[in-house]
Amino acid sequence: MIAWQTPLVDGVYVVAILVFILGLRSMSSPATARRGIMLAGVAMFIAVAVSVLLPGESNFALIALGVFVGGLAGWYWARVVQMTAMPQMVAIFNGMGGGAAGAIAAVELLVSLGNPVTAGLSLAGAVIGSVSIAGSIIAFLKLQGWLRSKPIVFPGQQPVNLAVLVIGVAFGGYAAYSVQAFWLLPFFLLMILFGFLFALPIGGADMPVVISLFNAFTGIAVALDGFALVNGPLGDAGYALVVAGTLVGAAGSLLTLLMAKAMNRSVGNVLFGAFGATEETGTTVQGSMRSIDASDAAVEMAYANEVIIVPGYGMAVAQAQQKVKELADLLEAKGVTVKYAIHPVAGRMPGHMNVLLAEAGISYDKLFDRDEINSEFPSADVALVIGANDVVNPAAHRPGSPLFGMPILDVDQAHNVIVIKRGQGKGFAGIENDLFYKDNTRMLYGDAQAAVGQIVAALKKS
Amino acid sequence: MSADLWTALFIGILSAFVGYEVISRVPVLLHTPLMSGSNFIHGIVLVGGIVVLGLATTPLEEAIGLVAVIMGAMNVTGGYVVTERILAMFDRSKKKAGPP
Repeated sequence: MIAWQTPLVDGVYVVAILVFILGLRSMSSPATARRGIMLAGVAMFIAVAVSVLLPGESNFALIALGVFVGGLAGWYWARVVQMTAMPQMVAIFNGMGGGAAGAIAAVELLVSLGNPVTAGLSLAGAVIGSVSIAGSIIAFLKLQGWLRSKPIVFPGQQPVNLAVLVIGVAFGGYAAYSVQAFWLLPFFLLMILFGFLFALPIGGADMPVVISLFNAFTGIAVALDGFALVNGPLGDAGYALVVAGTLVGAAGSLLTLLMAKAMNRSVGNVLFGAFGATEETGTTVQGSMRSIDASDAAVEMAYANEVIIVPGYGMAVAQAQQKVKELADLLEAKGVTVKYAIHPVAGRMPGHMNVLLAEAGISYDKLFDRDEINSEFPSADVALVIGANDVVNPAAHRPGSPLFGMPILDVDQAHNVIVIKRGQGKGFAGIENDLFYKDNTRMLYGDAQAAVGQIVAALKKS
Repeated sequence: MSADLWTALFIGILSAFVGYEVISRVPVLLHTPLMSGSNFIHGIVLVGGIVVLGLATTPLEEAIGLVAVIMGAMNVTGGYVVTERILAMFDRSKKKAGPP
C-alpha cells in the first residue's frame, strides 16, 4: 500500500525536474534567463519542502536546523560578496554540493554496507563528491589569493597522487567487502587528501576549466547518490537526484571541454600538465617595448573611428570595469564606436569578463566573442588591451611555442595597439608576449584602474 | 540490481543527452550564470540529505546527515543567489536599453 504522501511528493519532483530543464534552457538568451532561474528557484523550494513528507522519516528538528543554518549561511554569504569574488564563490558553493554528496554517500554506506550494489554506488559517489569538495576548497583558496595561484608542484607528484587514490579506493572496497564500517574512515580521509593533491598543481589561469570540471563532478556525485537512494527504502527522492545530477554532470562536462578547447589543450593536459609552472627560456623576441603615456593614449583613441577593448584578468584584479565603462561612454560621446572582444577563457571562470562588464552596466550587445570579432581587428583603429596577456599572444601562431595552436584574439592586426599592463612581467603561461614588441604596440604601465582613470581624466580635459 | 535501478539508469542516460542538448545552445555571454545555475540545480542534493537524515537512526548517521543537509542547503541557496545576482545585471527590462 502506498501512503498518500508518496504520489504527491513524486508529482512535485516530476514538475520540479521539468522546470529545472526549462530553466537551464532559458539560459540560451539573456532576455529569458532570469525568469527561468526564478521559476527553478520556486520549484526547488517546493521540492525541498515536500521531501519531509515522505513516509518513515523522523529527525525533523535536525532537518529544520540544518536547512536553516546552511540556507542562511549560503544566502548571506552569496548576498554580501563582491562581484569580483564570484569565481571563488561559485567554486565554494559547488564544493558544498560535493561535500553534501559525499556525506550522503557516507550515511548510505553506514546503513547499507552489506548491500553490494548500494555500497558500490555510494563508494563511487563518495570518491567524486570528496574530490569535488576538497578540490573546490583548493580552487577557492587559490582564487581568493590565500594560496599561491601558480601551480604547486613537487617531485613524483603524479605517482604520489595516484597512490593516494588507489590506496584510498582499496580501503573503501575492503570496507564493503568485509562489511566493516571502520575502514570507511581511512577511505574518506584519503579521498579528501587526493582532492587537495589533485587541485594543487593546477594554475590560476586554468581555473575556468577546473571550476566547470568540479561542477560536473558534483553533478555526477549527486547522480550516483541518487542511484544508491533508488536502491533504498525511499527511492522516489533518488530519481530526482539522478535526473538533476546527470543534467548538471553533462552540462558541466560540455562546458569543461569547451573551455579546454578554447585553450587548444586537452582536459588531461590542464589537470596534470602543471601549465605555467616553468617559464619559457631560450626564445628571444626581436625589438623592444615602447611605452606611451595616458594623454597620448587618450588622443589616439579620441580620434579613432573604432576602438576594440580587450579585457583580461588584470581588469578583474584592479576592479577597473567601472572606469572602462566611463572611458567607453566618453569615447562614444565623441562618435567613436566601442566594442569589446571577449576571449572564452579570459579571467578565472567561464564568462568572467561578461559578468564584470555587465556589472559596470555595459550593454551585452557590445560584447563579442572571439569568432565574432576577430575579423574586425584589421579595421579597428585602436585595440586597447586591459590586463590580458596570453589570450592575445601572437606566439600562439608560432610553431614550437607552448601556446601554439591556442585560438587567440588577433589584436596585433589592429592599426594601433595599446596595452595596459602592471609591469614588464610575463603572462601566466610564463611566455614572452610577441605582441608587446610589435611596431604598432604601445605599453601603458600601471594598475588597470589607475591607468584607465588617467586616460579618462585626459579625455575630459581635451 | 533491482528493476528500479534499471529504470533509474534509463532515466539517467536520457538526462545526460537532455543536459548536453540544452547547454550547447547557451552563448559564451551566459557561461557564468549557466555554470552557477547548474551549480544551483545540483543543490537538489539537499533533498537527498533530508531523506538520509530523516531515515538516520544512530547518532553517527544523524551527525553526518546533518552535515549533508547543512552543506546541501548552502549549495542550493548560495547557488541560487549568485545566479540571480549575475542575471540581474544582464537584465535590461528595468533600465532603458541603448547608449545614454
